Amino acid sequence: MIRPIYRSALTQSRIISRSFSASIIRQSSSTSTGHLPGYPSSPFVSTLQKAVFDSVNANVVSDPNAEDQQTKKGIPTFRVLDGKGSLLPGVDESSLGLSKEEARKIMENMLLLPALDVILYNAQRQGRISFMMTSHGEEAAVIGSASALDNKDEVFAQYREMGVLLYRGFSLDKVMNQVFGTSDDLGQARQMPIHFGSTDHHFHTISSPLATQIPQAAGAAYALKRMKDRKENVVVCYFGEGAASEGDAHAGMNMAATLKCPVIFVVRNNGFAISTPSTEQYAGDGIASRGPGYGISTIRVDGNDVLAVRAAMKHAKQHAIQHSAPFLIECMTYRVGHHSTSDDSSAYRNRKDVEDWKRLDNPLARFGAFLQERGWWTEEEGETLRKQYRKDIVKQLDIAEHKPRPSISSIFEDTYKEVPPHLQEQRAELARLINMYGQTDAWKKELPKYRDQGKDMEQYLEKK
Amino acid sequence: MGLVEEYGRERVFNTPLTEQGIVGFGIGAAAMGHTVIAEIQFADYIFPAFDQIVNEAAKYRFRSGNQHNAGKLTIRSPCMGVGHGALYHSQSVEQFFMPAAGLKVVVPRSPIQAKGLLLASIRDENPVVFLEPKILYRSSVEHVPVDDFTIPLSTAEVLQPGKDITLISWGAPLYSCVQAMEMLKNPPASIAQHVPQSVRNASVELIDLRTILPWDRKTVAESVAKTGRCVIVHEAPITAGAGAEIAAHLQQACFLNLEAPVRRIGGFDTPFPHVHETWYKPGPIQIMDGLVRSLTY
Repeated sequence: MIRPIYRSALTQSRIISRSFSASIIRQSSSTSTGHLPGYPSSPFVSTLQKAVFDSVNANVVSDPNAEDQQTKKGIPTFRVLDGKGSLLPGVDESSLGLSKEEARKIMENMLLLPALDVILYNAQRQGRISFMMTSHGEEAAVIGSASALDNKDEVFAQYREMGVLLYRGFSLDKVMNQVFGTSDDLGQARQMPIHFGSTDHHFHTISSPLATQIPQAAGAAYALKRMKDRKENVVVCYFGEGAASEGDAHAGMNMAATLKCPVIFVVRNNGFAISTPSTEQYAGDGIASRGPGYGISTIRVDGNDVLAVRAAMKHAKQHAIQHSAPFLIECMTYRVGHHSTSDDSSAYRNRKDVEDWKRLDNPLARFGAFLQERGWWTEEEGETLRKQYRKDIVKQLDIAEHKPRPSISSIFEDTYKEVPPHLQEQRAELARLINMYGQTDAWKKELPKYRDQGKDMEQYLEKK
Repeated sequence: MGLVEEYGRERVFNTPLTEQGIVGFGIGAAAMGHTVIAEIQFADYIFPAFDQIVNEAAKYRFRSGNQHNAGKLTIRSPCMGVGHGALYHSQSVEQFFMPAAGLKVVVPRSPIQAKGLLLASIRDENPVVFLEPKILYRSSVEHVPVDDFTIPLSTAEVLQPGKDITLISWGAPLYSCVQAMEMLKNPPASIAQHVPQSVRNASVELIDLRTILPWDRKTVAESVAKTGRCVIVHEAPITAGAGAEIAAHLQQACFLNLEAPVRRIGGFDTPFPHVHETWYKPGPIQIMDGLVRSLTY
């Protein structure tokens, strides 16, 4: 039965916080490398009855009676699928509540995410876009959590959660408009690539400062609770294990708990904050162990097991609404890609470790195997879909690349609801400069890239 | 007082002691369309929330292409010296927010002003930091309309028209400005020798700036263009205080009209001291001296 499994994990999490075992964990790995696989060739990894995150004591629990033993070892990791995509002993398939259609939608999005990542990553390498961050390795954590939500649940994300938008049907052209900063971008091309936001998709605009969204999510959840027509919705707030070290994470979780806000905090513990391994990020039992300290019901999940993430999210949502209270989910996963296009992760971690991880615990392979076993999916389908995605993505990329940027005058809008007098003056000043110097080489080349080619500024010239 | 009883715990409530949390929480609720009035106990303690105010609240609308905004957020906070508040119960913080495009900063001078400006701030569709001079909480008394009324933001008020010199301030120091003007007219015998007869009848135009960001450049510049002289008074330290921004603008806008350098009178560039408050804060004497020096330049 699936329910008792994570219920037992939950009950344990309330009493577990005193039994940190970081010191034991450290012994198993001579160097601190986040939770890189400690024993890539070890036999238990391939059976994956155990998880191998070395920064937390990540035991797998599938026996609800193993409570005492597990309690001593830190918060266990909830898992449904083993490393080969088979259900763990004791997991009742019917309790997953997974239809073939849903399962396929999850798989399709788990494939779409890396397809986009690869092409956009290369586009950045070719200098076609300025910046990119991929989700490689975290497909299950992101798509699995998205699949358990209603499209109107409000999302506050960090930046590695494009998959949530994709799952909600955020179209490829919208993705491209944002990363290229075209005049059709919902954000008016004002932010760096991958800082998505969409009111239609209930996805609050991403900002670069880490963890700032955490107390905001608590506030949004408080507001949601007071809205009569939104009783079935929650706020979901994503962040990484590095961001969890920010003061705002402490502030947000404590406020959510004391003010009884229906918000689900989803931590993607992927082992690294840029170059800082998670073993240098915290000395406790990961992020999950902090939940009980705030009085927040908590679960640690195998973030590479899409069905476990999905089940935990479903439970969390039910709990958040029923008790009008926050819930914390720590998804243990691994950042397979570089931090961003401005980062070469081989400078601080072994390439081979990363390759081993990709081979040994690939969330796509695990779920793919699960689907194939049921006859819901074939290798060929996957390959056809990949090809189709590549075609669609490249097509949208080409379209976006040739679109103009928003008008120059748009930089003066939306700082305030209105354009105040001093900004009107500055707008007039830029209009004067463009009018006078628009024909110099540098600006002459620049102007045609913008909608209206800068002619929109003429209306703001001060009449002499 | 009494708001909990009238409106209930769900609308008027305590938060944990976390300034960054309070403002972040307020932003989130405002982003969902709710009117949020957050309080920071003392302006001195607004700095833990500086990131949320400057990087988040102020930029929320711009960065989302007007899809989301935190416009319904108002942050109230007591500010300025109180006689014995020392370093962390005395600060004027308005100047720290002046470069935070997207934010409004408002300081009232009296109960009527406080009500009208606060209601305008709460209804304004931009995030507002509303700084209340705490020394006036109990000392300033006047009849305030019980009815709903607002006073527009970004408008300075000419409290007393004049033609010889412009005196600009906001919040508590305005009362010292009024005393300084009186002292200029009728200096006590002990200091009369320092106040030439020729300046005693000077006509001083006193302006309450009221909104620090975006400030009313038109009213101020028109006044200084007319008088040709200007003294700016604030409690915050001089260096990069709001007075610096005003003075810089005036030399650009009124260069040909200025007959004396724009003078700034503020706190010294030190932390706000405890027993030395008298010497630190611009009082009537410092301000009157500033007027004399400007008028006799």
